[in-house]
Amino acid sequence: MKRIAQLFFAGLMVVLLSACAGASLRGTGDLGLVIERASGHVTLVNTSSRQPYARIGGLGDLSHASVVYSRDARYAFVFGRDGGLTKIDLLQGLIVKRIMQSGNAIGGSISQDGRIVVAQNYTPGGIKAFDSETLELLSEVPAEYEPGRFSKVVGLADVPGNKFAYALFDGGEIWVSDFSDPKRPVTRRFPAGLQPYDGLVTPDGRHYLAGLFGEDGIALLDLWQPEKGGRKILEKYGRGEEKLPVFKMPHLRGWSVAAGRAWLPAIGRHEVLVADATTWKETARVAVKGQPVFVMASPDGRQIWVNFAFPDNGWVQVIDTLTGKVVQTLQPGKAVLHMEFTPRGEAVWVSARDDNRVVIYDTRTFRQLGDIPVQSPSGIFFTSRAGRIGF
Amino acid sequence: MSSSAFLPALLAILLDGLATAAWAEPPAARQKELIHLVRQDCGSCHGLTLQGGLGPALLPATLAGKPVEGLVATIMGGRTGTPMPPWHRFLAEDEAQWIVDKLMAGFPE
Repeated sequence: MKRIAQLFFAGLMVVLLSACAGASLRGTGDLGLVIERASGHVTLVNTSSRQPYARIGGLGDLSHASVVYSRDARYAFVFGRDGGLTKIDLLQGLIVKRIMQSGNAIGGSISQDGRIVVAQNYTPGGIKAFDSETLELLSEVPAEYEPGRFSKVVGLADVPGNKFAYALFDGGEIWVSDFSDPKRPVTRRFPAGLQPYDGLVTPDGRHYLAGLFGEDGIALLDLWQPEKGGRKILEKYGRGEEKLPVFKMPHLRGWSVAAGRAWLPAIGRHEVLVADATTWKETARVAVKGQPVFVMASPDGRQIWVNFAFPDNGWVQVIDTLTGKVVQTLQPGKAVLHMEFTPRGEAVWVSARDDNRVVIYDTRTFRQLGDIPVQSPSGIFFTSRAGRIGF
Repeated sequence: MSSSAFLPALLAILLDGLATAAWAEPPAARQKELIHLVRQDCGSCHGLTLQGGLGPALLPATLAGKPVEGLVATIMGGRTGTPMPPWHRFLAEDEAQWIVDKLMAGFPE
């Protein structure tokens, strides 16, 4: 009888433990979140089931919000327009901590070692470093490019060595701040050009590129040899022709490099510019439907997906990197704001703001795999970003 | 002032008031579109809450004292040397007037 009781209890323990494990043990590799820009909410999503699994509110003004992930891919750091910085636990589906770190922010990044989260701010212009565990302020670098003059900061990206590269819209410079000592960052300055609007680090962490709004060209800095200084590539791509109006600024990130080339939005031209990623000489340009906003390579680099500024923001086009031609034109919905590939790129999620939904496409067949209702969706961020340089 | 001069003057004032009011109201359905355009598309640079971003804030306090015609001209023609594009392809002059009017008073949700 005693033996039977022992067996019974052992069996009960296994049942309890496995039930417990089923509920609490889970990876985050197929999770992510979608920003609801108008309602101050985020919707947490699962890219395996292609379903939302939680919704969290109280995040403030999320227009132009962006997200980076902790190195264990469990926590999302959401940077809101109003300067809010919110740390979310993807597994528990709740806010761990929330602070107001500035008056007007535009995004952020996380350090190579995962210990420092840095926010980039418009007002007051500069960057601020926080402990990723506690969100306690560690240090800040005001973007004072001339005595008493502060610049809006754009294009913040993490680079190896616990450094961050970013550009100064008003100051026309690229700055690289070294946070080896998180409380005493050391900053180097490089000339960029007129009005850098965003920036990116190549996936290997070697080159920082800042797109310029005020002139035709892109500023390039070799982070392996910064002593050589910055230079300009794709200069005068507009060939002196009058620019078309730009109704929304393009966005750059490290997804721009594919098949040995960089694929970049032109400013004021309905073109994607293509440059060799070794020589940085222009190799081609691809005519597209409108002013490109996001020009995003699939994880394997075979495809480039492009969305557009108002009034062409109902379209998405796909470029085949082998032929350099547009191979597909899609209409996912009204006001397409963002796209995100699943970690290995079999699917892409597209947000259609004015249709209040996220549409999921098969990247091979371009067939729609599903859609999920989300209020005014903008940015889509999957945890695969956690392991990438420049995010 | 004699009554013969007073009446035309009064008429002029009334007509002036009428003219100001005449541009003021796009149809309700169009107003909804304009509010959406300002909040969402202008908002991509000026912020959904219009507190500014790459572009300046468009709140009553920041716009106070600025000449209305200048603001309308900026919306319609853009501003050279800045990222502000011209919106004349998508807006009538009256509609830009209405937007400026609403921005200065506190823009509807």
